[in-house]
Formats: sequence, C-alpha cells, structure tokens
Amino acid sequence: MVLTEPRLIERPRTRPALIDCDLHNELHGDVAALLPYLPRRWREHVEMFGAHPPAGGYYPRFMDHREDARPPSGRRSGSDVHFTAAHYLDRYNVAYAILIPLSGAGAVQNLELSAVLSTAVNDWQIAEWLDHDPRLRASITIPFEDPPAAVQEIRRRASDRRFVQVQFTGRPHEPMGRRKYWPIYEACVEYGLKVMSHAFGSYGQPITGCGWPSYYLEEHVGPAQAMQANIISMVIEGVFEHFPTLKLVSVENGFAWLPSLMWRLDSAWKLLRAEVPHLKRLPSEYIREHVYLTTQPMEEPHRPRYFLEMLEQHGSVDRIMFASDYPHWDADNPDEAFPIELPPDVERKIFFENAAALYGLG
Amino acid sequence: MARYIVASVDEIPPGGRKIVEVGGISIGIFNLNGEFFALRNRCPHQGGPLCLGKLWGSLEASVPGEFRYSRPGEILTCLWHGWEFDIRTGQSWCEPRRLRTRRYPVSVESGRSLVAEVEAAPSDERVKGPYVAQTYPVTAEGNYLVVEIDG
Repeated sequence: MVLTEPRLIERPRTRPALIDCDLHNELHGDVAALLPYLPRRWREHVEMFGAHPPAGGYYPRFMDHREDARPPSGRRSGSDVHFTAAHYLDRYNVAYAILIPLSGAGAVQNLELSAVLSTAVNDWQIAEWLDHDPRLRASITIPFEDPPAAVQEIRRRASDRRFVQVQFTGRPHEPMGRRKYWPIYEACVEYGLKVMSHAFGSYGQPITGCGWPSYYLEEHVGPAQAMQANIISMVIEGVFEHFPTLKLVSVENGFAWLPSLMWRLDSAWKLLRAEVPHLKRLPSEYIREHVYLTTQPMEEPHRPRYFLEMLEQHGSVDRIMFASDYPHWDADNPDEAFPIELPPDVERKIFFENAAALYGLG
Repeated sequence: MARYIVASVDEIPPGGRKIVEVGGISIGIFNLNGEFFALRNRCPHQGGPLCLGKLWGSLEASVPGEFRYSRPGEILTCLWHGWEFDIRTGQSWCEPRRLRTRRYPVSVESGRSLVAEVEAAPSDERVKGPYVAQTYPVTAEGNYLVVEIDG
C-alpha cells in the first residue's frame, strides 16, 4: 500500500499578524447583559416592558455559532473576552480585531430606548471588552434612526480612540444616502470615524428587493443586494461629494459584485447626469475612493484565476480587508480563507496594511 | 506501518465516537451500529475539527416539498461550516468532485490471533476528486480496535 505522509494538524504559522475587521462580541443573555449599564429608569422599563431588540435575522441559522467557540464556562459563544482572546486572537496571531456587536439596540422602534440601549452597549464594550485586551477596537452602536441622538452618542465616544467606526445595520429604514442620515456622517467626518454597515439586520425590510424568501440560504446570499442599494444611494445622493473624507466599510456583503455595479453606475450616469448635477465625478471614482469591503464570506469562483481577476476588476486591492466573522457558524479560518494562494503583496494588504491605513492601526 | 490500539470495543457504543491522536494525527473513530469507521479529524474545507460535528442522515429530494431521509447517523457534518461527509467513505456530499476527507479503516480484532486485515473498500461511485481518503489496514486484537497508519 502506498501511503502519503499526512499533513500536520496545525500548519506552522508563517503568516504575519493580521487585522480582523469583523469580530463579534456577543451579549450573554441578550439584553440582560446590558441591565447593569442602564439608568434605573430604563432598567425598570426593560424589566416591565422588555426590550426585545431584533437580533437581525428572521431565519434561525443566523445567530448560530461555532460549537467549539463556546467558552467552558457555559457562557454564550463570543461573550467572554478572555476565551475569545485565547481561542481566536492568540491562536491566529491577530494584531487587532474590530468588534462588531449585533445587539440590535440601534434599531429599537422606541427611539429613547434605542438611544439608551446604544449607550449601554458602548459602555459594556468598554468595560467588558476594550479594557481587557489591547488588541481590540470597537464599533460605536448608535440609534441610527434618530440621527440627533446618534450624533450625541458619537460625541460621547469620540475621545476614546479605541472606537474606530460607527455601526449601521445592513438595512436601515431608508437607503443610507438619504439626507436624514447626513448628521451622522458629518459627525463621523468631524471625529475621523468610519461608517460601517454590517450585513443582515432585518428591522422591517426584507432581505430581497421583492419580499421575503423561504430559506435561510436565500438570506445568506442576500446581503449584497441591500449593500448595493446603500452604496448606490450614498454615491448618487452625493454623500461622498459632500463629505470628501468619509469612508464606508461594507462588512460581510462580499465584494465580487462591486465592479459590475461600478460599470453599470458609470454608464447610467453618463446618460442621466443632469438629474444629479451635484455629482462631479464618475460614480466609480467615488466608490473606489470611499468604499472598503471585507472578505468573509467571499465569493469563491470555481477557477482560481477568476479570483485574481475579481481583485483586478476593482482596480486595486487597497480596499479589501480581511474579516473572520468569528465566532459565527460561517466564520473564516484566517489560514484557509482564500481559495487561492495570494501573491505576497496582496496578502499583506488584505490581511493587514489596508485596515492599518484605514483605521490608523499598527 | 505503525499500529495503534485506539480503543476497546466497549468504549465506543453504537452511535458513539472517540477522538484519538495517533502518529501526530487526530482521528475520529465512529461506531455505526457495530461497524467501525475512522476519519481524519480535519475538514478538507478550512481545517475545522470535523469529527466533533453532528451526525445526521442523508436528506435528498427529487422535487421541492418532498424529501427522502435515509442512512440515519451516517453523515458527518463539520463543526464549523456544516460540510457533509459520508462516514463510510469520507466522501463529501456537498461538492463530491472536490472534497473528500481522509478515512482510516478500523476493524475489531478478537483474541491474539491476527484476523485477516480488514480494508474498508471504498464503495463510492462518485467522481473522484483531489482529496482521497487515506486508508490504513486495521486489525483487531482482544476486542481492541487497532488503527494502522504510516509510521
């Protein structure tokens, strides 16, 4: 019998340290974890009426976690900073990881409650995450449907430079370019914070443009539709023209679709420019300059060379950043995430340099 | 060729499993109604701990809304992303042309006398992919399960 030497279980670590742009910090017990961070008036409100912030998914697989990411203490996966550090940050040589809490606080319909829950989430992030590991950075949870309150929350956090961006759901009530949201962008520019939209987040809008599908698989491949709508909206409404230093980070929406969207927008703009005279440049120029995208879950073409072509179609790889989505069920293993071996310069950019430059890390 | 005693037969009841480390390789030994199978505890997809995953049945449907459920407990799903593997052959079910996990034959040996080596022959009719389950002869001694791997 001819035998092959089995590969080692753990590959030797040759990859340099990475920056992970999508690490989830979970609330153990959902809103109960926030009660210590709420003023008494709102703690009693939550105890009496409940909060029930929508977690973001209407399909049960959405919030499922990798079984091996559950801490021995029995706490919810991703809810224990020390276990996350040992199980993920240490093991995969993570230099920095950006926390994205999916609390749903930002989209609670009661706007006062949305605001205080957002504040509580951010206080919780400081006390139970940021203060425990210097590798962590965080996203500011904001009540994005109440922009004046959202701006207050941004101002409250701006001096703590561990907060690097402001968090939107995948599907806010209106497309993200609508003027309602501009005060938020103005505050982001003022404080050098990025605007980040994380996939999913069902607060009323279906995952598709034509209603609710039957299966989770359909939801799982759906977020690119919403993100395209948000990018189109931000470009065409003139957000990037008006805020020339604003940066948008798209998380968990894929990226292969962006070149075709740019081509389509450029073609349409040439025909319809008079409708949107506030735009001074090709839509694709705004997108290339302002929009960053993260990897997981990435499109995996069946021919490896298509993957490099996908990267080429963007014009540069300066806007693509690694994300794991740990500890969610579909998280990527940093060492095996890509369907091909990346050229070394591309690998360095995606795993570290792009995020380091954007967020001022490293 | 190195032979490793990995378990006593009683240790792994039907439907049960044991993860062992032999020769630097983590392997899952499964008892499927008295038959024993061994698979490498590493998913060919992204390296997840495959053998810690759930065992379920084979689910097929010829038309939407109907389904055929068969072979309960014979499909191993990776703990990370849920890739499905046939526990008998190591063959991936999701994308049979690409992924197959390594499979190690396991047998039960009774007494000191060496029984003929059992090699669980692949019963796979799908297209062979680049991932081929590595098989090792296994013997059984005194009701102990013995896996043989290259050493």
